[in-house]
Amino acid sequence: MNTHESIGGTVPARLLARTLGLGLFLTLGGPAAAQQHAGQYDQVDIEYGAQIFAQRCVVCHGERGDLLPQANLRSGTYRNASSDRELSRVLTDGVPNTAMVPTGYTGSELTALVAYLRNITTYDPSAGSVALGDPARGRELAEGAGGCIYCHRIGAEGPRFAPALTNVGARLSAATIRRILLDPTGAMLPASRPVRVVTEDGEVIVGRRLNEDTFTVQLITQDERLVALDKTALREYAIGTESAMQPYGEIFDEAELADLLAWLLTLQGFQR
Amino acid sequence: MNAHRSTAFAAAPEVPALPDSLLDAACRTTLGAPILLVALAAGAQVTSDQLVDAAVTPENWLTYSGTYLSQRHTTLDRITPDNVDELELKWVFQAASLEAFEATPLVVDGIMYLTEAPNTAIALDASTGRVFWRYQYDPSTEARPCCGRVNRGLAILGDKVFMATIDAELIAIDATSGQPAWQTTVADPSLGYAMTLAPLAIDDKVIVGVAGGEYGIRGFISAYDVDTGEEVWRFYTIPGPGEPGHETWEDGGDAWMNGGASVWLTGSYDPELNLTYWGIGNPGPDWNPAQRPGDNLYSDSVVALDADTGELVWHFQFTPGDPYDYDSVQIPVLVDLATEDIASEKLMLWANRNGFFYVLDRTNGEFIRGEPFVHVNWASGLDESGRPIETPQGPEAVTYPGVQGGTNWYSPSYSPNTELFYVTVWENYGTVFRPVEVEYQPGRVFGGGTLGGPIPGAANLPGFGLQPVNNWTDEVGNGAIHALDPRTGEQVWRFPTTDISHSGILTTATDVLFTGSREGYFYALDARDGTLLWRERLGGHGMNGPMSYALDGEQYVAIAMGMGLFVYGLPE
Ligand code: HEC
Ligand code: HEC
Repeated sequence: MNTHESIGGTVPARLLARTLGLGLFLTLGGPAAAQQHAGQYDQVDIEYGAQIFAQRCVVCHGERGDLLPQANLRSGTYRNASSDRELSRVLTDGVPNTAMVPTGYTGSELTALVAYLRNITTYDPSAGSVALGDPARGRELAEGAGGCIYCHRIGAEGPRFAPALTNVGARLSAATIRRILLDPTGAMLPASRPVRVVTEDGEVIVGRRLNEDTFTVQLITQDERLVALDKTALREYAIGTESAMQPYGEIFDEAELADLLAWLLTLQGFQR
Repeated sequence: MNAHRSTAFAAAPEVPALPDSLLDAACRTTLGAPILLVALAAGAQVTSDQLVDAAVTPENWLTYSGTYLSQRHTTLDRITPDNVDELELKWVFQAASLEAFEATPLVVDGIMYLTEAPNTAIALDASTGRVFWRYQYDPSTEARPCCGRVNRGLAILGDKVFMATIDAELIAIDATSGQPAWQTTVADPSLGYAMTLAPLAIDDKVIVGVAGGEYGIRGFISAYDVDTGEEVWRFYTIPGPGEPGHETWEDGGDAWMNGGASVWLTGSYDPELNLTYWGIGNPGPDWNPAQRPGDNLYSDSVVALDADTGELVWHFQFTPGDPYDYDSVQIPVLVDLATEDIASEKLMLWANRNGFFYVLDRTNGEFIRGEPFVHVNWASGLDESGRPIETPQGPEAVTYPGVQGGTNWYSPSYSPNTELFYVTVWENYGTVFRPVEVEYQPGRVFGGGTLGGPIPGAANLPGFGLQPVNNWTDEVGNGAIHALDPRTGEQVWRFPTTDISHSGILTTATDVLFTGSREGYFYALDARDGTLLWRERLGGHGMNGPMSYALDGEQYVAIAMGMGLFVYGLPE
């Protein structure tokens, strides 16, 4: 039985944006809210791409990307790709029978590399990165003032109610992670929305949604139980639209956010 | 074992009935009986008259959409709203392919003909799912379909089944032996041509169309002699210089040569008018009309062709100069319906990817009415000729419906019983279109832009992937089944679903509506009011349309979900 509607005593209260299960609830299938898009490629991804390029591509392609005459990456067109999807495929699969060998990049790295390649002629490497800082300082912030570890699990440690950050740097693009830190509510994935249900016999269950279909919903409760419910057998069913996480732009300055982001991008799971 | 099965069916007129004495003799020898009967059924011919009269043999499913009218409606009536919840699983066929299972099986006298992606044709026993033969064709590695190496099924005529391949070959396969009879090259796969549709067999021809609208192809529909595979006619879906309609490619240059207008779903046929109707895909490059000014005929149109000659008799364009990828390849649903305000009874019903539900006069292509069935903001409505009154949303604004459309390739259904049209719909789903200038390079994607969702960073385009978790924001939209009234264009009922669906729809004479969903359900609604009658969790995406057939008077319903074809029937 679980009728608490907040996350429990371990999280410092100042870190809680709002209690779960309260606030705005969404009407299913409601009209989409139009939002502005900052342009085709995000600056954060471009910077992350530049960083990966410096580490893994300059040996062959040169610092400016124009060292190889048969593959001048500054020319604006590619012999082996035209769309972004094809470009990602060239990076993943390589170019057969050349030094450009297949390489396993994560989804976030591919997004970043494509964003960088598309902007390689306008990007100024000497300016350095604004969006990405020092991962070690970022880790200190996450464990200290940011309090991330009070809610998030990393590897085998930490609570399970919020999504684990173990491989967040591989799963989500740099731009997406930054957006989540600045506006957790706006960027919340559906599989992360707070759900509040009242069962036919009156039990109140508050949890984070993991999956849903027309007839059923699957969630993780605050006390870390996996629960599946038949929606037709519920007295009340509401989906919250506000994240339990607060916007970190209000707590950290740009340099601290850059440190935090750099650290999150190092969280790549156990695959490599 | 069903030893007497074949006697339950009306034999084709051309096939002499097996003398009773012989049948008796066969049944007396216990070992011989099943073998003889199977051989009998497999050898059965399907005549072109049988295809015309497919509706009178509802135990068979003879074309992709059931009959030439493409109503995906069965007159079989054993399964009813009262007993549908007794349906039980009879057998499952598991495909040895990880591609989307989009094929609709054919059933002829107890034999099911099916394809498995990319291009394996299979004959199996419709009562047990056991395979008689498999013909595996390995398509060329030059094939580069945009959206999966899928195949939607076969056509049958005479003693052959016909398969259109992903590398743009047309193959005739002997229906009894499973061995190829002839093979014809339809187009060059290295230029992006591909075929994913089930062919349509009419009279003595088999008709196909080519996919590749994202690769700068010039689309066409072509007909081949069923006996020899020789091309009989070809209709280019983009008129060449000097042909009427060429002036709608106003650049005056080469845009028409790489203008797309692909064909990737099976057409319909009205035998009385001898017209075959085909839906045509988007113009290319996608999303960037600035590179191809004009209406771009016959992209995003329906064309009515003389089935003997392939000559264009009429056309109707849904989305002129399309910037949104609103392929109009949906199945042309032909309906005979007497109404007070419409002179013609010969109608064509069309819920288009562009969000409007059209009623056309299929004798001449005249527009009768068109109403939005989902939220539409790219046009404020249609004028009296059916042309959209366009209201472009501008840079970075969300266009409704989004790039996948208000509906797409999912087969709709029409029930002559309820006189309603049923369609799988994506509600409240939009896209931000960002056109980009692109250069045509042979065999390369000719995309013309990028796409965004209304919620930056969130999963926006509900993917075609096989992820078991529903992981996009509710604001991005949801699925639904809509029942639309052709008399008014209005919605009669809707059954909303949390996730979107790629599944087609089957209706029955008893007012049961069957469909599948990406959520993994195979379910039945009451076709009259949309009430949920029954659901079964099959746990994979529904990517084809359900169909129905009968054996020994027992009705079956088959649907592909995930990698399997699931066949349901009532308890014995
Ligand atoms: C070991 C050397 C090597 C490394 C490391 C390398 N490349 Fe390459 N790359 C090549 C060569 C050589 C080619 C040219 C292949 C050919 O002949 O077509 C190439 C081709 C390419 C192309 C295709 C160009 C075109 O016109 O089609 C792209 C894009 C590319 N590389 C990007 C990258 C990126 C980004 C990285 C780092 C993530 C990288 N490469 C790392 C050697 C390398
Ligand atoms: C009060 C608890 C709480 C705190 C503190 C918190 N988060 Fe969260 N976070 C959540 C919850 C709940 C979600 C899921 C709902 C959502 O996406 O908003 C989430 C989501 C996320 C996500 C998206 C994960 C995914 O897989 O979609 C990221 C990334 C994230 N948090 C990072 C952080 C970082 C970094 C910090 C510290 C600076 C932090 N969070 C602090 C509760 C918290």
